[in-house]
Amino acid sequence: MNAPTVLSNRPGSGRLLENLMYFGRALRAAGLPVGPGKVLAAVEAVQAVGIADRSDFYWALHAVFVNRRDQRELFDQAFHVFWRNPQLLEKMMGLLLPEMRSADAPKGEEMSRRLAEALHPGQDEAPDERPREKEIELDAAMTFSDREILQQMDFEQMSAEEIARAKQLIQRMPMPLRDVATRRFKPDPRGARADMRATLRAALRSGGLLALKRKSRRTRPPPLVILCDISGSMSRYSRLFLHFMHAVTNDRDRVYTFLFGTRLTNVTRFLRYRDVDIALDKVASVVEDWSGGTRIGQCLAEFNRRWSRRVLAQGAVVLFITDGLDRDAGAGLGPEMDRLHKSCRRLIWLNPLLRYEGFAPKSLGMRAILPYVDEFRPVHNLESLGELVSALTRPASRRLDAAAAWRERGEAA
Amino acid sequence: MTTPAVPPSVDETLALLGRGRYVADRSLATAVYLSLSLRRPLFLEGEAGVGKTEIAKVLAEALGRRLIRLQCYEGLDVASAVYEWNYSRQMIEIRLAETGAESRDTVEDEIFSERFLIKRPLLQALEPEIAGAPVLLIDELDRTDEPFEAYLLEVLSDFQITIPELGTVKAAEPPIVVITSNRTREIHDALKRRCFYYWVDYPSAERELAILRIKAPGAAETLSREVVGFVQKLRTADLFKLPGVAETIDWAHALTQLDVLTLTPEAINDTLGVLLKYQDDIAKVQGSEATRILEQVRAELAAAS
Repeated sequence: MNAPTVLSNRPGSGRLLENLMYFGRALRAAGLPVGPGKVLAAVEAVQAVGIADRSDFYWALHAVFVNRRDQRELFDQAFHVFWRNPQLLEKMMGLLLPEMRSADAPKGEEMSRRLAEALHPGQDEAPDERPREKEIELDAAMTFSDREILQQMDFEQMSAEEIARAKQLIQRMPMPLRDVATRRFKPDPRGARADMRATLRAALRSGGLLALKRKSRRTRPPPLVILCDISGSMSRYSRLFLHFMHAVTNDRDRVYTFLFGTRLTNVTRFLRYRDVDIALDKVASVVEDWSGGTRIGQCLAEFNRRWSRRVLAQGAVVLFITDGLDRDAGAGLGPEMDRLHKSCRRLIWLNPLLRYEGFAPKSLGMRAILPYVDEFRPVHNLESLGELVSALTRPASRRLDAAAAWRERGEAA
Repeated sequence: MTTPAVPPSVDETLALLGRGRYVADRSLATAVYLSLSLRRPLFLEGEAGVGKTEIAKVLAEALGRRLIRLQCYEGLDVASAVYEWNYSRQMIEIRLAETGAESRDTVEDEIFSERFLIKRPLLQALEPEIAGAPVLLIDELDRTDEPFEAYLLEVLSDFQITIPELGTVKAAEPPIVVITSNRTREIHDALKRRCFYYWVDYPSAERELAILRIKAPGAAETLSREVVGFVQKLRTADLFKLPGVAETIDWAHALTQLDVLTLTPEAINDTLGVLLKYQDDIAKVQGSEATRILEQVRAELAAAS
């Protein structure tokens, strides 16, 4: 049974095909992953449903061009701009041509920022890795003792130059999370299980003698979710942490990063840029609450509701980076921490305030957080970051145990 | 018995789903129609309990095709998704061959033949059937890991599977593929690109009522209206897990079982566990909040009639 070919036997269908192609290009410029294959699929789809019904036409294109839920709004706007107003379309297409890029933005009120930005492609992404020679040069420039001092110096007391060097060190810090067993197997001569398939194949090759082949479970690092406080009280640290997060994100797969102050921002996508400067520029441009107040409870609630099921599903380890100073004095924080703790494999709280001797978690925010963390660690200089790395590699102690001493101290205070 | 053909238009698709007792939006019918007529997989994403899996079941039933279901889980591998050799039978065969006079090559050909192959869902889906190509439901793809997704890519673009010992199996007629995901992680674009995508949303009040009339016909009309009103209100509340359509239907069934003709605060409190699956959510809604929502729903229903 063939699909009704509405378009091919209609004069002027060439115009529509052309428009479909332009529409595909407009969507691609707006950031949707649209390639020539998709445009062809769109042509097929439109041929199948016909163009008699506008809503069918809309949903046919939707089924082809939209791949994720968050692309729906962009598609919707682009569709209505494109298929209703040909003048605007022409303007858009003009802007898409490289030689006609102009600096002033088209002020279509109904256009989303992304769509508008798409018409003015700014700087191209340059995800080139920095040349290796440069790193070696830096190595030579930084003597051992230099590095030693940097290791123990508090981030807060570093000069701009020292910070720059610390960033270099962080960039090269390994982040090996302890692997967890998956349900897949790999051939392993000392494995615990018999690999029957390999055994039988080998047996045939060697002539009937059954030499048992073995296999063992494959392991794989768990996903890592980083929730980092970027409020005023953390501002000295958060810049360096961003470098740390960038290094981690580019080092391994399944890392998700969220920043929070008064609101929660998912910056995972931006940290994936290879070049750290480009990545941090992008992050800076989307985060609107740098160095402001902190609403930990509210941000966590949003994380739990919108993101936890999507990023914590496969047994993620959560790094929760905050000083625990909360503008809402810990209101509503307890239950949200509880939920977070229950949804992840391991919850590690990194707190720069922990460097002070005799520190006891006294503030209301900290007290609300502490009962639900599995581990509580300082993170204020390079050495503590290094320790964190080794802690994540060690076999984990029982959940909640590692932070128990701190809880007692908090209660005593 | 003649098997119904693939519907020739969006309207027919809508009617087909309706015959399968599935109340669908026209937008969903468009996606289903495209997938059926252009023979590409249909990728359905949405919250749990909005009826994604049901679409595949209804399609199979309405089209008179066999439904083959592959439930995904972490670590799903070729042995449980595609095929596996029947090792114990192969070993017996080797033993028997040792006593006989057959040459090694014959034995090899023999034990890696289709006789010793255990076919799992993906391979089954490529086999020709009298009633027409089967409906292959790949359920909750987000539960599996990326390596399996990559494997699926090959199967879904060419509808063929290579078994090293046996050769390539290719489907004479590609199966109708429905993939569902609860979005506990993002599925890679490369896979989605080969599919028609549809986000299954919570239904509107009107559509949800239509669904209840079909799926829970035993419930009294007033009860159904109140149930739908209550659930729709809950979906705007700040809950960890919003109730899906499946929960609405379950709740209507539960209330009918308890001979409830109209919602009361007590009845809600007793049966809230059917609707909400997290203790925090239940604690939040139970008691005064439930009463408040119920009063609101009653007032709105009274105003509407």
